[in-house]
Amino acid sequence: MTSPAPIAAALTPADRDAILAALDQVPDPEIPAISLTDLGIVREVRAKPAAVVITPTYIGCPATLVIETSVRVALDQAGYGGVAVETSLSPPWSTDEITERGRERLLAYGIAPPPRGAALRTLRGGDVVTCPRCGSVDTLEVSRFGSTPCKALWRCRACAEPFDRFKCH
Amino acid sequence: MPSLPTIQPEDEARADGASHEGVFDAPHVETHAKDLFDYALRLGDDSLILGQRLGEWCGRAPALETELSLANLGLDLIGQATLFLALAGEVEGRGRDADRLAFHRDVLQFRNCLLVEQPNGDFARTIARQFLFSTAQLALFEGLTRSTDPRLAEIAAKAAKEVAYHADIAADWVVRLGDGTEESRRRMLAGLDWCWRFVDELFQVDAVETRLVSTGVAVDRASLRPSFDARVAAVLEEAALPAPVYPRAVVGGRVGHHSEHLGHLLAVMQFLPRTYPDAVW
Repeated sequence: MTSPAPIAAALTPADRDAILAALDQVPDPEIPAISLTDLGIVREVRAKPAAVVITPTYIGCPATLVIETSVRVALDQAGYGGVAVETSLSPPWSTDEITERGRERLLAYGIAPPPRGAALRTLRGGDVVTCPRCGSVDTLEVSRFGSTPCKALWRCRACAEPFDRFKCH
Repeated sequence: MPSLPTIQPEDEARADGASHEGVFDAPHVETHAKDLFDYALRLGDDSLILGQRLGEWCGRAPALETELSLANLGLDLIGQATLFLALAGEVEGRGRDADRLAFHRDVLQFRNCLLVEQPNGDFARTIARQFLFSTAQLALFEGLTRSTDPRLAEIAAKAAKEVAYHADIAADWVVRLGDGTEESRRRMLAGLDWCWRFVDELFQVDAVETRLVSTGVAVDRASLRPSFDARVAAVLEEAALPAPVYPRAVVGGRVGHHSEHLGHLLAVMQFLPRTYPDAVW
């Protein structure tokens, strides 16, 4: 199989909308309740040379390669095989880039979303964390790390259920 | 029993071209590129070796939460190593990528500090090593975000946020163990005692780094020492542990003179890609 040649012409605004719509359907591999655009890791759909620029969440996140592959597949399926996929480190991603819709979807999925602006404050201490199941704020941290690098493990003392919390980053 | 990998033509060429330098030394390139290559290796090897050490805790940590912590810290460090070693390979310009540099160099070619290659010991010693390393690495990366080399600056900016978490979590454990039971305090003290002699090397500045500091590429490690000492003193005080008495420093990692422990670590880490060079995921 040969790769499609890079697109020579610049992407039109309609192309860019179509690409963003396609990426909006691509789930995060580790938290499939939200899409890559919800997560805020699609930095740019560049017109020329045509490329989708994504950024990693955590530096060693094992999902990064899967995400690149998913973006590639989504572009190919949407007829944009000639659009390149690039990775950019700076500015570093922060949890403030998770969209409002992404936050709502995280909460509905049972993951406490990070509060906005949290990345600018200290990493810990003082934050009120609401249980995504019962809404109680009587919660405590069980482990600084959870099932993925981006989450911590918490427990609700009101409903006694454990839950994941998206770490401020 | 598979044999050792055969000597490649490129290795022979390097040996032929070597003069007073050993064949294990970095290949000769222009001074700045050579310095930058060395510096990126130092940064990458520190992260790689400590990441590998932390991975050794998988399935053996004292509790699930510590298992998750140590593995995740290791993952962040391997991520840093991948970027720094990729940069080193790019600067060197001989077609070596991050994997090639990680898996196809021998002990004498590694440029990590001695602290990171020290055996895990018990949990307290692992925490002592992590606390000292992450505290120093955080200060270094914060400085590197202002490097005149944009590639170093962006890796540092990306990693610094994660390292802040590492330094924080390790300091928490120093306090919890130091100000815990009689046994946890005894172990925390013993862990720190093992590590003190390797601290000076974290702040050592040699000719390579002096040249890079003068062009704003590298951070002057010596300038980071006072704030490091202050942070360590504050955490030890909270942990009700005595202030450190630094013994005579042991150094040498930056020029490839390692302790006996590194070879054993590499044997485990490099076995598969060296024995089955064509293996893929």
